[in-house]
Amino acid sequence: MTNALEIEGLTKTYGDGFHALKGIDMNVRQGDFFALLGPNGAGKSTTLGIVCSLVNKTGGKVRVFGYDIDTHLSDAKLNLGVVPQEFNFNQFEKVFDIVTTQAGYYGIPLKQAKVSAEKYLRKLGLWDKKDTPARMLSGGMKRRLMIARALVHEPKLLILDEPTAGVDIELRRSMWTFLEEMNRQGTTIILTTHYLEEAEALCRNIAIIDHGRILKHTSKRELLQQLHVETFVLDTETTLESAPELEGFPCRLSDEGALEVEVEKGQGLNRVFVQLEQQGIKVVSMRTKANRLEELFIRMVEENAREASGGAA
Amino acid sequence: MKVQAMVTAFNTIVIREIRRFTRIWPQTLLPPAVTMTLYFIIFGNLIGSRIGEMGGFDYMAFIVPGLIMMAVITSSYANVVSSFFSMKFQRSIEELLVSPVPNWIILAGYVCGGMARGLGIGLIVTLLSLAFTRLEIHNLPMVVLTVFLTSALFALGGFINAMLATKFDDISIVPTFVLTPLTYLGGVFYSISLLPDFWQGVSMINPILYMVNAFRFGILGVSDVNPFVALGMILVFIALLTAISLRMLKRGKGIRH
Repeated sequence: MTNALEIEGLTKTYGDGFHALKGIDMNVRQGDFFALLGPNGAGKSTTLGIVCSLVNKTGGKVRVFGYDIDTHLSDAKLNLGVVPQEFNFNQFEKVFDIVTTQAGYYGIPLKQAKVSAEKYLRKLGLWDKKDTPARMLSGGMKRRLMIARALVHEPKLLILDEPTAGVDIELRRSMWTFLEEMNRQGTTIILTTHYLEEAEALCRNIAIIDHGRILKHTSKRELLQQLHVETFVLDTETTLESAPELEGFPCRLSDEGALEVEVEKGQGLNRVFVQLEQQGIKVVSMRTKANRLEELFIRMVEENAREASGGAA
Repeated sequence: MKVQAMVTAFNTIVIREIRRFTRIWPQTLLPPAVTMTLYFIIFGNLIGSRIGEMGGFDYMAFIVPGLIMMAVITSSYANVVSSFFSMKFQRSIEELLVSPVPNWIILAGYVCGGMARGLGIGLIVTLLSLAFTRLEIHNLPMVVLTVFLTSALFALGGFINAMLATKFDDISIVPTFVLTPLTYLGGVFYSISLLPDFWQGVSMINPILYMVNAFRFGILGVSDVNPFVALGMILVFIALLTAISLRMLKRGKGIRH
């Protein structure tokens, strides 16, 4: 089966000489929910910008559902829907006009465009705002408007660049549900996000990019298996003055006074509880710290930075 | 993209442009109507009655074609330059760039949008002029051809200006310091036969002189230049500016990184 997206040796050097991409390779399978992660300035938006033809590439190949953007750009674009990081619609136009106009750009006749626009504006809870000028919408509504606009021509590949940036938790969760539904219905989704919790919750495959290079391109499961240590947070009945000595388990007190215990893969938690019991410490609740992907991500980016500075020296 | 889809995309751009300038009609349609009415009253009626005849016609009848053309030129240019630059500024141009619309359809859509406003203003000014003078069309095909082509030419000019502009100041420099002087010195208010030989020669390098005179020939049957040469010149300029615009779009000048 043809991949939804194939990138080979993609390079980008901006006019000021900055090498944003240094030859990246990446494949996204049809039907995938894929995350492209990386710190600010890593090359995520440049990569997606090239795929969407908002950025001119310097070298390499990009194919969308088999269509090479150098030779079959129009066919490639027909399969793409794009939700950019920043609001990029005419603030003075009405919501409905923005969405139907976008459909028109894809050659969809007005009658059909109106039906499609209504479908997605209803799904995204914006139908009652259809006659409102875009500038009057809240930040969350503007994000949803951009999603409706990107979907109006029913693309097979949806690209979202930081779709939930600045969106409150409740709305973010509802957007996750919506995107999961789109993915279940067959739309391939690629997203970049700073919320690694989001990538961990939604995506099946992940690429980590930094300094214009792909550091890792694998499945989420495989990536998480690389995490050897997991941190558990234990709330104790009484406030501890200092962290207890636990043989084989490094531990410390958090700022909030909870006990944080590092447990390596394969170690049982029972030994932790036995030792705590012996020291008269009673645990009332337990949870894992932060999200695992975030820990792994930070570790990889830091390692890459260390290697880069070592190489330079 | 299939032909039918391209037609839909073209219509979408033109309709959006028309919707834009009609939505803000107090900024786009009203000012030229008011300005031209003042020209008719002050230059045509008050001052014109003391000037007498020019080119064999009373002064009011003489300046009407030039004023119509002046309104068409400035409106066609202004529509495209402000609309396209605003899209660049708000980044809503990305809506078009990510879509499969070919560059030549984007250009055609914007030019036709500019022409819609330019020709609409031309019609308004023509109707207003009827309150001051009688218009007897000498050569209708020449009138139609000249006004359409001139409108297209300046819409193209506006497009290039918008592509090159990086800030709002850049979109007012050309209209203020190039278009307005060339229009005023392009024989709108006088026949260049009144000028000394040297200044007649200088006037002949002003392209707007040819457009105004070709249009005046269509309406009054008099012209300082050969109207067919004028038409040829407009066509050459249109071809040149179209080629430049398409090249800029292909390279993504000012719109792609």
